[in-house]
Amino acid sequence: MDYSVDNNGFYGDFGGAFIPEMMYPNIEELKHNYLNIINDDSFKKEFQTLLKDYVGRPSPLYFAKRLSEHYNTQIYLKREDLNHTGAHKINNTIGQILVAQRLKKTRIIAETGAGQHGVATATVCALMGLQCIVYMGDLDVQRQAPNVARMKMLGAEVVPVHCGNKTLKDATNEALRDWINNPVDTHYIIGSVVGPHPYPDMVTRFQSVISEEMKYQLKEKTGNENPDVIIACVGGGSNAAGAFYHYLDVNSVKLIGVEASGKGLDTGQSAATLVLGKPGILHGSRSIVMQNADGQITEPYSISAGLDYPGIGPIHSHLFKTGRAIFENVTDAEALKAANLLTRLEGIIPALETAHALAVLEKISFGRHEVIVINISGRGDKDMSTYLEHLNDE
Amino acid sequence: MNRIQQLFLQKKNNILSVYFTAGYPKLTDTGILIKTLAKSGVDMIEVGMPFSDPLADGPVIQHSSEIALLNGITMKLYFEQIFQVRSEVDLPLIFMGYLNMVIQFGPENFCAHCKDAGIDGVILPDMPVEIYKKEFRPIFEKYDLYPVFLITPQTSEERIKQLDAASKGFLYIVSSSSTTGIKHKIEHEQIEYFKRIQKIALKNPGIIGFGISNKDTFQQACAYAHGAIIGSAYIKILENSTDIEKDTQRFIEQILY
Repeated sequence: MDYSVDNNGFYGDFGGAFIPEMMYPNIEELKHNYLNIINDDSFKKEFQTLLKDYVGRPSPLYFAKRLSEHYNTQIYLKREDLNHTGAHKINNTIGQILVAQRLKKTRIIAETGAGQHGVATATVCALMGLQCIVYMGDLDVQRQAPNVARMKMLGAEVVPVHCGNKTLKDATNEALRDWINNPVDTHYIIGSVVGPHPYPDMVTRFQSVISEEMKYQLKEKTGNENPDVIIACVGGGSNAAGAFYHYLDVNSVKLIGVEASGKGLDTGQSAATLVLGKPGILHGSRSIVMQNADGQITEPYSISAGLDYPGIGPIHSHLFKTGRAIFENVTDAEALKAANLLTRLEGIIPALETAHALAVLEKISFGRHEVIVINISGRGDKDMSTYLEHLNDE
Repeated sequence: MNRIQQLFLQKKNNILSVYFTAGYPKLTDTGILIKTLAKSGVDMIEVGMPFSDPLADGPVIQHSSEIALLNGITMKLYFEQIFQVRSEVDLPLIFMGYLNMVIQFGPENFCAHCKDAGIDGVILPDMPVEIYKKEFRPIFEKYDLYPVFLITPQTSEERIKQLDAASKGFLYIVSSSSTTGIKHKIEHEQIEYFKRIQKIALKNPGIIGFGISNKDTFQQACAYAHGAIIGSAYIKILENSTDIEKDTQRFIEQILY
């Protein structure tokens, strides 16, 4: 089975570029150039140097002794939370800003939900001295004040989006519209493995550094570069795509993606796209999408702002359909519990998104000698107010 | 004969096409507006089926779509509303929407409903021409539905020819690289682009849309193409109207006379 993207941008049935003609030249320019750019030696050198000296890579692979004892298995944590800006998002924004420079773009736009990708984009724009405009749903602007402040301090213009439900989905629409209206000087740094081809593939490649490092780190620690299981949370799915990438063709490695089921699958307040969605088109690609019978996109819900997206990257729809990866889902309450457990056992406060991946340990039992890698996609600083609110839930 | 084909056989220039959103301002206004526009002298109507995530649309049409969805417009209702008014009007009617709605409705089911309701053409801005040729063309042809594709100032001549070849009835010439309702006048560089398109031997007549908002821009566009489309400017009239029939007539009169 082939899990890589084909020449037309499809992973099996999913992907492609379903875009208005007004966006066609932008996408064509990127499609024709991105592989040449990122395979070029000068690009590779600059990208790797920045990942090392600026982001702080390689991120450690940490054997979580007390968590392993608790679950009676061997758990390793891939510490993306230790990256500059606190999450895996920066891997992608570094890559894309270097692509944008080589395409001679002077104006950068991005969408953001919780603000993590917006901060990561504002950060690389400050680093390179480029103009930065971040579209953010008005509701999220109000909910995520600290990240809005960070973006502003970094010099970005944060544009509140008032259309639709005023959240991530609508911010993405507005960023795409901006790109239609500014086809020449602007590069759109999309934050996940979503959007029209070549974005899902390009973002996956930039995030694949996660599994690239895992291979040699595991070899060093266990003598075997392959773990038994990799677990990652999935909203759009960029950290999972990065954590899975170099293991896609290694069938002995079990891949588990974890979606957010919010208040529960049947409550109408959920973001478990693969359970609740159907094939459809959103933000320029064909994937599994949460929608009503008429094809109107429905608003998802999760306690974690990074997971409440009504679609999912086409690569994950393909992994789901082919059975190469399995997908679990975890409620708000289960995620909060898992976050508290990791904090108390290991002294690591994970992001709410990451907590969903950790909660799977309660649902699936692994063997005493099995090696499990969990991608700690981000740190929990941004979620402290939510954690405090729920401190006394039990 | 398809009514779009008929129209272009009878009329070669100054064709006025008007866009509005179904179910807006009120759910039951769709039929009233079709009849009023037809009476006012419009040649062709594009009836928008609202989508929750209209990528190609600017704020005015986005807003009308949101209201129409809140009003309760659905695909089923859309087809019923068109069907009910069809016997009273003769002009071509065009479905405008986004591909996801067609896919969920089922492409064959969609085309059959269009045919039954008396719809002549379909504009789906996010349907790639390659996908149309591979997956949808036989069904469109079976129901004699005309697909209309868009070109922009950035579209290469080679691609213009591909889009023209796949289009039936007319080719939609987007006046500038933008979403709908953003620009309000025609600039010098757009005229150059219209002239460039005029020199290409196209199979279809060309109709200019985006940024056409009044008599001046309509006449300017008609100097370089077979006609023009007005959308956002008309939606704005509806947005502030207390008498949609009277205001529609007045708006169209101002453009035509």
